[in-house]
Amino acid sequence: MTVKAKFYKSGVKPIWCPGCGHYSVLNAVTKALAVLEIAPENCVLVSGIGCSSRLPAYVNSYGFHGVHGRALPVATGLKVARPDLTVIALGGDGDGFSIGGNHFLHACRRNVNLVYIAMDNEVYGMTKGQASPTTPESWEHSKLTPHGPGVRPFQPCSIALAAGASFIARSHSGDPNGMANMIYEAIQHRGFAFVHALSQCITFCPEQVQWKDWVHDEAVTTADAGEAAHFLQNEDGFSKGIFYRCDRAPWPVVRGENQSITTMRAGFAV
Amino acid sequence: MVSLGEMLLCAAAKIGYFGLMRKSFGPQIRGGESAAIIRLGTQPITNFTAEIQVLFALDWHNFLRFQDEIPISEATLVIADTQAGVAPSSIASIVTLDLTGAANTVGGARANSVLLGMLGAWLGCSADVLSEVIHERLVKLDSSALAQAVMAMEQGIQQWEQRPAVLTRLATLPPERDTSVEPVPRWLASGNQLAGLGALETGVKFVAAYPITPASDCLEWMAQHMESVQGQLVQAEDELAAINMVIGAAYGGVPAMTATSGPGLSLMTEAMGLAVASETPVVVLNVMRGGPSTGIPTKSEQSDLNIALYGLHGDAPHLVLAPLSIADCFLTMSWAVFLSHHLQTLAIVLSDQFMGQSLQIMDALPGSPFQLTFEEATLMTPYQRYQDTVTGVSVVAHPGDIGGMYTADGLEHSENGVPSPKASDHLQQLEKRQRKLQQFDFGAYWGNSRGEEGEWLLLCFGSLYGALLEARQSLVDQGINTKVIGLRLLQPFPRESFLASCGSTRQILVIEQNHQAQLFHYLNSLALPGLKFSSLAQPGPSMITPEQIVADVLQRMETSAQEIGDDSKG
Repeated sequence: MTVKAKFYKSGVKPIWCPGCGHYSVLNAVTKALAVLEIAPENCVLVSGIGCSSRLPAYVNSYGFHGVHGRALPVATGLKVARPDLTVIALGGDGDGFSIGGNHFLHACRRNVNLVYIAMDNEVYGMTKGQASPTTPESWEHSKLTPHGPGVRPFQPCSIALAAGASFIARSHSGDPNGMANMIYEAIQHRGFAFVHALSQCITFCPEQVQWKDWVHDEAVTTADAGEAAHFLQNEDGFSKGIFYRCDRAPWPVVRGENQSITTMRAGFAV
Repeated sequence: MVSLGEMLLCAAAKIGYFGLMRKSFGPQIRGGESAAIIRLGTQPITNFTAEIQVLFALDWHNFLRFQDEIPISEATLVIADTQAGVAPSSIASIVTLDLTGAANTVGGARANSVLLGMLGAWLGCSADVLSEVIHERLVKLDSSALAQAVMAMEQGIQQWEQRPAVLTRLATLPPERDTSVEPVPRWLASGNQLAGLGALETGVKFVAAYPITPASDCLEWMAQHMESVQGQLVQAEDELAAINMVIGAAYGGVPAMTATSGPGLSLMTEAMGLAVASETPVVVLNVMRGGPSTGIPTKSEQSDLNIALYGLHGDAPHLVLAPLSIADCFLTMSWAVFLSHHLQTLAIVLSDQFMGQSLQIMDALPGSPFQLTFEEATLMTPYQRYQDTVTGVSVVAHPGDIGGMYTADGLEHSENGVPSPKASDHLQQLEKRQRKLQQFDFGAYWGNSRGEEGEWLLLCFGSLYGALLEARQSLVDQGINTKVIGLRLLQPFPRESFLASCGSTRQILVIEQNHQAQLFHYLNSLALPGLKFSSLAQPGPSMITPEQIVADVLQRMETSAQEIGDDSKG
């Protein structure tokens, strides 16, 4: 590696709390970019709203910090219009699976060649600790849902598989090197690459410090969706690894030109 | 009925007529009952009048749904097929022709083809011209079906030649055309298609949109032609995605747009604010339909002016433009692409179902005066994306540009793009974004006007401009000087140009197709010195006609004359 990860840091000081998992994700992203030696001007990080969505400002590359839930559409438009760029969308569990849930489904099935890193801490941190779609049913620490959300948590990897993502992986902020490697693989993948990044919020969910003891490397990478589905339906949500990777042509298919502007006008003539 | 109308319009164009066809569909969009309303003439036609001279009915079923839009009077000649079913009891006199019978003599042909022959012959089209139209327009038919359609059309010509005496009046209706000159090749186009052409010829290379009536046919036209500009069109999962995809592409330096209608525009408003804050050039074509909510999706109204002007949260200066005719959809869309690109902001273009979906015979349009230019940006060091400049416009770097790395942000930011909640940064950036629009010279394109100053000035935006011009001519013919202004630029309001154009006229009648008189209230909010606005506002889908405008103006003149009289008595 001739380029140092540090080269990809912008120098803007993160707003994150001490102990936040997102610092590791930031390190993993910059490390993957360094390993691949992607020129900073050719890389764009796109995000929505939330603590994790602040990440683009901390990276020495182009960035787009949009509105809540819409990182994937912005990234999709950018990548379709500018296929020469490396486009990485990222954000939190609320941004991606609640307000942006529909875009997640369609980004998976559309299979545009971009990376999506969902930094999942099972909580809305920026608005001070409300339950998110991935919060456990009985989590009673939010004044908004004092008896717990009472709703089965969203299963990001299973849903990504069902929706048609061609690369599905999970990593943990306690293992920044493993995560850097996962992001490296995701960038290299041709198609929509989903990285479920468990990234603890010890401010609102101090119990998440235990995640480092719960995660385990068991996943076997498969290109068989049935096999991956069986695995994901039976694991505990803390398996790490690339669960599914298949070779499916990314969208859009590049077509040659077949008309000129004069042909466009000719259609109006009577 | 609509495809028959298109073929007739096409035939009329080939023999030198100008014309306009409005399509009217039932509420279910996907098909079913439909009406085509056609007006022909020897000069370009941009609007309809209150009168329907001839009505041809092939199927009376559900006719009542169109009754408000097809005003039948005692002067209307009503002609129906024998198989058209039960006519509305309100229609006193109907001439019945056996078109279906004539169609049956040629096997599987339809009464539509017979009617095409009859109407074509009535206008003066030869069998050759009508056959050419059938071959050009019914490309999906196989050769035997085409041959049947041609034979049925010939049956129709015979029907016209052997017409009953009661139809003699019909023969006098077509406007006389100069048959000594060879007809000039013309265009047959809708506003939605021309908006698409304007966008593509000016440089749009990315479209993302969600299907919605009555904007979909603009998108469908563009989809056919994206490859010719090496662009991309994405059918998004919803309008939220569509507008954000457009923002993503535009951030990447690729000129981008979407097209939608009221409900879609509502969904897009949050991200439109993002385009303003992040200074990303985005064009949103909004083809207005009856609202609020699902409203009347297939029919025209001008009731989205308020949301276009005021819909964004926060202080969000942006452009609002409106084409003034079907042909003007081309120029206005082109201008919108140019302005939004140059001023790095959002442009909303307010078209409407009437001009979006009506088909007009027109002279071929010249190319647009607006073209995007892409110069390599000279970036200062350190680069400041949102630098506060005299014009408010700052140098934009795009991904790929070395030394221009920045994060575009919907969060308020300082000049270098770093998020900032500071009052001073907020004020500086608000003023910068406003200054972009205030300092720009919009030139002569702010609106169209015609006529000499009189007691009253008629003012509108959008497709009503044609009806205003016709009303003006009628008033002038009665010796009443009247000026007409159509606003192409609604925001920022072209204050100085507008005041100069009003001249010494003080009384302005604001004419618009909505219930709340949105344009009237907007103009009153601008505190324009010395001008007195009056309102003629009527919701869709009944279109305001030239006759209505003339009657309104005459009434107002009479009232004010009386008031002056009363004052002098007092």
